[in-house]
Amino acid sequence: MNTHDDNQDRLRQFVREALPPVELKLDRDLWPAMLRRLDEKQATTVPWFDWALGAGLIGLAALFPASIPLFLYCL
Amino acid sequence: MQNEPSSVLREFQHGSFDAFEVLFREHQGAVFGWILRIVRDPAAAEELTLDTFYRIHQAHARFEPARGFEGWSRRIATNAALDWMRRRTNEVELPADVAAPTKGDPAVSEEIRRKTAAAFERLAPKLRVAATLAVIEGMAQKEVAEALGISVAAVKLRVFRALRLLRKDLEQQGIRP
Repeated sequence: MNTHDDNQDRLRQFVREALPPVELKLDRDLWPAMLRRLDEKQATTVPWFDWALGAGLIGLAALFPASIPLFLYCL
Repeated sequence: MQNEPSSVLREFQHGSFDAFEVLFREHQGAVFGWILRIVRDPAAAEELTLDTFYRIHQAHARFEPARGFEGWSRRIATNAALDWMRRRTNEVELPADVAAPTKGDPAVSEEIRRKTAAAFERLAPKLRVAATLAVIEGMAQKEVAEALGISVAAVKLRVFRALRLLRKDLEQQGIRP
């Protein structure tokens, strides 16, 4: 039709030639890997109440420094 | 456990792990295939399939059963693939085992193919994804728009910009498409 459209088609052809569509089927069940992934993530995730407890203890130690030895003794 | 699709979707939304397993087993192949089309690397596609389903598992409460699982999972998979593409650096070469053997147009030399592939890899991830799906995979723009969560007009713009940048890059290398 016009040169611009021809050029666009040519460029699209270049891209399709350089990167042909990928056709590959998944050849294994990923569920066992998914279970491992979920376990790993759960193991590395610190529950919110642990953060809250840590923050509370730090706050308490900042407000009442004299309580620090008591905490250390309880550990 | 009932295996009726709608009930599985509702159970998944309410946090049922059994329902998540059913959906995983049913959709893992499709999600893998979708990601592979974008990232073109089978090992990365497997990792990203797991990443996608982890995100899906975490976001179960936000899932709307009425809208179906496939489109939602595809959107999440696209975002996971985009994140991966943004993280990846200095990896221009494509895995040799992925690209289907092409008979090839004799007018397009091996050097042009290689330079075009390298120039394509240099595009910004969001442009590359749109161009991959629309130009290489030949998907309808509406389908691309749904997967990317953008409008059809935005898809057209991204593909246009991708091709314009690609042309400029190739011209700088002495290739005039």
